[in-house]
Amino acid sequence: MDKPINQGAWLLVLPVLLIVAFSAIVPLMTVVNYSVQDTFGNNQFFWNGIGWYQELLDPTSDLGGRFFDALWRNLLFSFLILAIEVPLGIAVALSMPRDGWRVAATLVVLALPLLIPWNVVGTIWQIFAREDIGLLGWVVNRLGIPYNYTADPLSAWVTIVTMDVWHWTSLVALLCYAGLRSIPDAFYQAARIDGASQWAIFRNIQLPKMHRVLLIAVLLRFMDSFMIYTEPFVVTGGGPGNSTTFVSIDLVKLALGQFDLGKAAALSIVYNLIILAVCWVFYTVMTRMDAQRN
Amino acid sequence: MLRARIVLGLYIVFLLLPIYWLVNMSLKTNTEIVSSLTLWPHKLTFDNYTKIFTDPSWYSGYLNSLKYVALNTVLSIALALPAAYAFSRFRFVGDKHLFFWLLSNRMAPPAVFALPFFNLYSAIGLFDTPLAVALAHCLFNVPLAVWILEGFMSGVPREIDETAYLDGYSFPRFFVKIFTPLVASGIGVTAFFCFMFSWVELLLARTLTSVDAKPIAATMTRTVSAAGMDWGLLAAAGVLTILPGALVIWFVRNYIAKGFALGRV
Repeated sequence: MDKPINQGAWLLVLPVLLIVAFSAIVPLMTVVNYSVQDTFGNNQFFWNGIGWYQELLDPTSDLGGRFFDALWRNLLFSFLILAIEVPLGIAVALSMPRDGWRVAATLVVLALPLLIPWNVVGTIWQIFAREDIGLLGWVVNRLGIPYNYTADPLSAWVTIVTMDVWHWTSLVALLCYAGLRSIPDAFYQAARIDGASQWAIFRNIQLPKMHRVLLIAVLLRFMDSFMIYTEPFVVTGGGPGNSTTFVSIDLVKLALGQFDLGKAAALSIVYNLIILAVCWVFYTVMTRMDAQRN
Repeated sequence: MLRARIVLGLYIVFLLLPIYWLVNMSLKTNTEIVSSLTLWPHKLTFDNYTKIFTDPSWYSGYLNSLKYVALNTVLSIALALPAAYAFSRFRFVGDKHLFFWLLSNRMAPPAVFALPFFNLYSAIGLFDTPLAVALAHCLFNVPLAVWILEGFMSGVPREIDETAYLDGYSFPRFFVKIFTPLVASGIGVTAFFCFMFSWVELLLARTLTSVDAKPIAATMTRTVSAAGMDWGLLAAAGVLTILPGALVIWFVRNYIAKGFALGRV
């Protein structure tokens, strides 16, 4: 797998480089610029150095407290959805039909939530979970469990976690299924001859094959849940109170709601650095696995 | 076997129930929605759909969305094709870093870019045009396209390139005549995913438009009025946004995992 060295390839990459630089570097420079300045309005800016960053990273300050609250909330959310979506996704993938038209039909149904615009996912659950007109909210309340996602933080969390499980478990399932499909039938036949139990087959044949796809699934789900905005924004708007305000929601409130440019910019940079760090782990693990496979 | 069917059956019910409820609501009158909970529309009505298809302020939302999504898909693929080829065939200074940098843009939170994009596109006079949203979505769709296409292209043996050069093909002719048809299915899958990720995104699309290029997702927030929520209309608009994905999904069903995993499965 030795690719020839060819510096001329840069010419082929150039268009992509230019467009992504235009969409990523230029805006990020604006953000960096804002993050070191303060303003009293009237477009008059003055140098503020690392002031915003100090405030942001100091949990005792107003801004810092707000940031760390949103950050822990977001990490808890990511942890919860991973803890539910990964096992459930594996279970669904293992339950997929073996062949025939039912495979195709199931794949299509599973993929359906993945293709729905994110605000519509929010709308679907906003309606479905309402106590007056939504099936879920109505049934749960009839069972005598108080449930109201606009007033009660716990209900809001249950709604948002369930919504994410509904939205994205299929992704984990589809990735795992892709991993499972690469297992030759001979492996299963051998296992049957050896009299291996269902658990032994899972542990020794299926799980190792899913190793790679599972890692991709976990990291994709972590990244996307860590920058979740639209779905909880539509359903709860970050409330009740601040109980479902995740980092992205807080950032948009700060930037587009209060026009607190310096603070929002400092938050953006720190947020982006966290994403970049996780992204690097993702990339390193993935390239290492690719290298092993070749 | 039985247990597998039960698990899968329950999961499918869980997936379909909220969607059914949306469809159910879209076929009811608002009186029926607020008066009592009914499991199916007792008084079937298509008024909500009729309103969307006849009121320009509604259907223009769909047209605007389709405009920037189509523009973005074409742009992303046209730019990504040569780059993906370069990554799949050659090594060059900084290739690994560049590939990683692209990935990091796919993962970048749109919330970070909302405000600077607003400033940038206002400054160059593109605010409230489909082109602005199409360009903004290139932030994550171009990297996505490069990664997926690279995955497909690496599956094409390099001997084909070498044979074509020996036969006297120039690079552009080889690329268009021989190579592109070979990765046609990959291009189709990439187009689908660019389309989809642009279609489902709301935050940037909403921030960069106000009136003329307003996407359907932003139009949907209009159903809140002084008279209360127009739930039926909101549900109908939602159902119509699900349709484009649902219509093409059959053709890409075997590639869904590959596309979401950036061509790495």
